[in-house]
Amino acid sequence: MATQHSRSAARIMMAPAVVLLLGWMLVPLIMTLMFSFKRYLPLRGGDLGWTGFDNYIRFVSSSAFWPAVSTTLIIVGAVLIITIVLGVLLALLLDQPMWGQGVVRILVIAPFFVMPTVSSLVWKNMFMDPTNGLFAHLWRFFGADPVAWLSEASVPSIIMIVSWQWLPFATLILLTAVQSLDSEQLEAAEMDGAPALSKFGYLILPHLSRAITIVVLIQTIFLLSIFAEIFVTTGGAFGSRTLTYLIFQRVLESQNVGLGSAGGVYAIILANIVAIFLMRIVGKNLDA
Amino acid sequence: MGQIQLNQVTKTFGNVNVIPPLDLTIHDGEFTVFVGPSGCGKSTLLRMIAGLEDLTTGSISIDGVDATDTPPAKRGLAMVFQSYALYPHMSVRKNIAFPMRMAKMPEDEQNRRIEAAAKALNLTDYLDRRPGQLSGGQRQRVAIGRAIVREPSAFLFDEPLSNLDAALRVGMRLEITEMHERLKTTMIYVTHDQVEAMTMADKIVVLRAGIIEQVGSPLELYHSPQNEFVASFIGSPKMNLIKGEEAAKHGAATIGIRPEHTGVSMTEGMWKGRVGVSEHLGSDTFIHVHDTGLADMITVRINGDVQVKHGDTIYLNPELDKLHKFGADGKRID
Amino acid sequence: MARGITNQRKAINTAAAWAVGLLIFFPILWTILTSFKTEAQAIADPPIFLGFNWTLENYATVLERSNYARFLWNSIFIAGGSTILGLIIAIPAAWSMAFVPSKRTKDILLWMLSTKMLPAVGVLYPIYLIFIKMGLLDSKIGLVVVLMLINLPIIIWMLYTYFKEIPGEILEAARMDGASLKEEILFVLTPMAIPGIASTLLLNFILAWNEAFWTLNLTAVNAAPLTAFIASYSSPEGLFFAKLSAASTMAIAPILILGWFSQKQLVRGLTFGAVK
Repeated sequence: MATQHSRSAARIMMAPAVVLLLGWMLVPLIMTLMFSFKRYLPLRGGDLGWTGFDNYIRFVSSSAFWPAVSTTLIIVGAVLIITIVLGVLLALLLDQPMWGQGVVRILVIAPFFVMPTVSSLVWKNMFMDPTNGLFAHLWRFFGADPVAWLSEASVPSIIMIVSWQWLPFATLILLTAVQSLDSEQLEAAEMDGAPALSKFGYLILPHLSRAITIVVLIQTIFLLSIFAEIFVTTGGAFGSRTLTYLIFQRVLESQNVGLGSAGGVYAIILANIVAIFLMRIVGKNLDA
Repeated sequence: MGQIQLNQVTKTFGNVNVIPPLDLTIHDGEFTVFVGPSGCGKSTLLRMIAGLEDLTTGSISIDGVDATDTPPAKRGLAMVFQSYALYPHMSVRKNIAFPMRMAKMPEDEQNRRIEAAAKALNLTDYLDRRPGQLSGGQRQRVAIGRAIVREPSAFLFDEPLSNLDAALRVGMRLEITEMHERLKTTMIYVTHDQVEAMTMADKIVVLRAGIIEQVGSPLELYHSPQNEFVASFIGSPKMNLIKGEEAAKHGAATIGIRPEHTGVSMTEGMWKGRVGVSEHLGSDTFIHVHDTGLADMITVRINGDVQVKHGDTIYLNPELDKLHKFGADGKRID
Repeated sequence: MARGITNQRKAINTAAAWAVGLLIFFPILWTILTSFKTEAQAIADPPIFLGFNWTLENYATVLERSNYARFLWNSIFIAGGSTILGLIIAIPAAWSMAFVPSKRTKDILLWMLSTKMLPAVGVLYPIYLIFIKMGLLDSKIGLVVVLMLINLPIIIWMLYTYFKEIPGEILEAARMDGASLKEEILFVLTPMAIPGIASTLLLNFILAWNEAFWTLNLTAVNAAPLTAFIASYSSPEGLFFAKLSAASTMAIAPILILGWFSQKQLVRGLTFGAVK
């Protein structure tokens, strides 16, 4: 339907969005790159000149670096696995005929509306607190010693909180996909005498692959940058420091902008590796 | 006024040449039908006239004024789309009023025209409904109403009847033809259905692969198709085309005889064959004849009901004065 | 699915689904309940579920302690402003991508999404500096712009998927009917896409409402939204469960109520327009 007129109109109408996003991407990126090659301590002398790759070397050789990278990947990976596995199961359950489906659906998606600061605080204090938390009550009820969740099992605790926040999203997308499954196909499979497990493996799971891709893509985007959940719960202590949080500490807590910026560049590189990988899959899946 | 002229128009999509250089003049008040198999470029041609598609080269003029670079909104043409393209969020009244609203026409004039169009199209009772609440035929009428009220210099129809069921299609065909008689406005109508083309057109443009195969009145096309393609495309059932020895006898590479121009006999005749399937329509009988040694199958059309059985031997008597002859290049030999 | 399902089977499904649903919802329910307890009841062992003396004193304390109305207004302003601004910029862009696609459309779309992968923390300091230079630190306008930019790719993507469901012929009809591009978008496309736009608006409003990196790092007092309001309860007031619950309830109630009233659009929006 394109004519020269509409094509040039299209370019003009896309320009604001493209220019804004390009600016939003490039300006801070270039500044970060510049700072990363400088010794820059805002509270201790400011800009102290170029230092080459010093910041990069220091950031990587810091004992906190590799643990932060692995914590990041563990959290992202674990949350993805948990939300997708539980999400598929939940979607299949919610797809069954039942009474009050609408209400159940709302109950299930509600955690998505809770701001991360609130859910972190609620989980941290009211559930995971080792003396007064609900879990502590529960443990004592069964005669077990309460667990100091956020100090003894900080990463699993954070994974649990974040999974609770993102399970609704995964469930809803997967549920929508399950509902769009052709019921005639399922009936045909039933006529062919396919057992439930192979019906799931050969019909349902392949049908869900596009939805799963979307869940992975969108959740990864958000999970790579989780911040409030750590800021509020552990403050990065007890081995729960992600790359994001480490950089945040370097920049704002120790006021070393040069070092933090170098970390930022690493984070950007990591994000890009993940992004390229994801875009490949998504690009392919979005064609369908 | 509504004279449309295409000069050396071409269209390429990427590397694909959809329309090679093409010239065509559509006179004021003419009902012109573009007909051809799907993918022949007829819709593309219409969309180029509408301004929804650029020309790759060449020019289009409307009423003698070059309109090649005029945006669709300014060409003064109205279009009826295959999907009707009604605005689903607007009532029928608002749909019909939309082009006038865009033209900033005074409100009372708008209302006068809406009432007139609604009356002419039997839509008066439906003016406050949404398109979603209407039947296919009614939607079609709304689309036409929306086109009429602008009083365009020409109407463009893009396969407007193909989404209707058979019975409605015949009715709408008559209505559109009558509308043309009444308005005397230029109409360009795209269809793949040769029956629509034959029954509605003043002038038919037969297209294949972007090339105009023949331009002429319906009867010109029926009686003297310029080539084998037009010969087999126009007319139903299709003209029988016979190659080889039998054609050579008539000094042609291919001869064609229409099913309705062939008589049958159970006892004697020019060609002998075996009856295959016969289709009884009541008014006519189509007999498909095999094993003639001429072509895989020869179809004949006999008035009234003829009792023949599958497997009967049958003799065919073509009316030789109605034989069409084509050369090796597929072109007509007179 | 028109398969015969016995009531017994349906009852089992119902019980299972409700159990799971309530389990997932429980932390929210517990928070709301606790907000009406006294501090002593809030930490009682064994926990009290419903049999406590309902009180509003926690809400009174929270309201007294901090200017809830200002935080609330800031949240509404920032989330609403960034979403509406984003829509104004995204609608024309999504129109272009959906109706005048070119070979690069998909690349541009994926590139836009990839800007969301840029770790915010990597560019925090530059943005911080720019904000100081431009006097935007702790200003609502500054946050509106930043959150708009963060959500713009998602808004464009969602609108693009919704717009693609609208047949191009209808827009062409508008063009034939003499509509200018502006009129085509304003009178035909936008009204037809209202459900999609509503879903986009709602979801992005919620994302902006809940955004807790930039809102925490770029505000202090004046522009601080509810995310900052609740962060101030992280310690040591966090140990006062009832007050924490009251504050939490106040922070999430507007969204929960909004979500309750616009379920249909939200459910559609929550799939980011990606799955039909």
